[in-house]
Amino acid sequence: MDTPLFDYTLGLADDALVSAQRMGWWISRAPELEEDVALANIGLDQLGQARTLLTYAGVLEGAGRTDDDLAYLRDDREFRNVKLVERSMTDFGVAMARLLVFSTYQLHLYRALAASTDETLSAIAAKAVKEVAYHVDHAAHWVVRLGDGTDESHARMQAALDAEWPYVDELFAPVDASLVGRVADPAAIRDAVLTDVRRVVAQATLAAPEVAPALGGGRVGLHTEQLGFLLAGMQHLHRSHPGATW
Amino acid sequence: MAERHGDWPLWEVFVRARRGLSHVHAGSLHAPDAEMALRNARDLYTRRGEGVSLWVVKASDIEASTPDERDSFFDPAADKIYRHPTFYDVPEGVEHL
Repeated sequence: MDTPLFDYTLGLADDALVSAQRMGWWISRAPELEEDVALANIGLDQLGQARTLLTYAGVLEGAGRTDDDLAYLRDDREFRNVKLVERSMTDFGVAMARLLVFSTYQLHLYRALAASTDETLSAIAAKAVKEVAYHVDHAAHWVVRLGDGTDESHARMQAALDAEWPYVDELFAPVDASLVGRVADPAAIRDAVLTDVRRVVAQATLAAPEVAPALGGGRVGLHTEQLGFLLAGMQHLHRSHPGATW
Repeated sequence: MAERHGDWPLWEVFVRARRGLSHVHAGSLHAPDAEMALRNARDLYTRRGEGVSLWVVKASDIEASTPDERDSFFDPAADKIYRHPTFYDVPEGVEHL
């Protein structure tokens, strides 16, 4: 097995899967019904990306694990997502700040991955680019409206951005040396992503935070305790009723 | 945020199903401004491939006829068949005349 490629694919998949689960929390809780639907759509797009990536990770592993096996039967230490997406997301400003950072990252990464020599990853990425471009658009519109809105919305949007910023750095950890030139390297898109995010932040009359990065480790399975709670909710049904179908 | 509910104005949504057809009223939604209304319309009315173009119009900007005006507006048209091109045969294959 090509372990570095398996881990890389699992990382992309888990980012999308965990983010989708956090996005789903907003269904019935967004400021308006219309926003419920928008966030649900975004979560479902991410879930679709996760499923194709997990399926491919299962193929790469060659042990017969399906997308469901990988999503529902791994424990937190086996998840490869960055910490940015796993922490609780119960403030609308935080949700939009995180979506702006994460979807801008995904957009640049998928664009680069679409040119990958790995045909499966290239095809998955090419399909996802259009979806993610809309996620960026949605998040950017909200960040600008809240940042350049009332005094209260400005303060809360700035606080949300400050809370997310320490977790931005982990996104850009370089890939394993054996993968250089074969997949999209997050380290290579750092400037492009941060330039895009800073442009929106400036338009929103907010300040790009100057903070030290938080401890990383998500890509090797070191997570915050919040991932455990997320997985308990996400995996409970599948583990309680193995093999259940509709 | 629930106490803010109702602050967003109502928008009417018009969807063009494909090139050559007119925009048709599809429904309405709430949004804080025109740009977000377009995006909400995309999520609510075109996510299953229903359209190629969207219009949103603030509902309060639409001037509508009232039931009181029905007689003076519409009744006089009822008995003037010469206004209708009913004496022509429609060629086969013309769908959107």
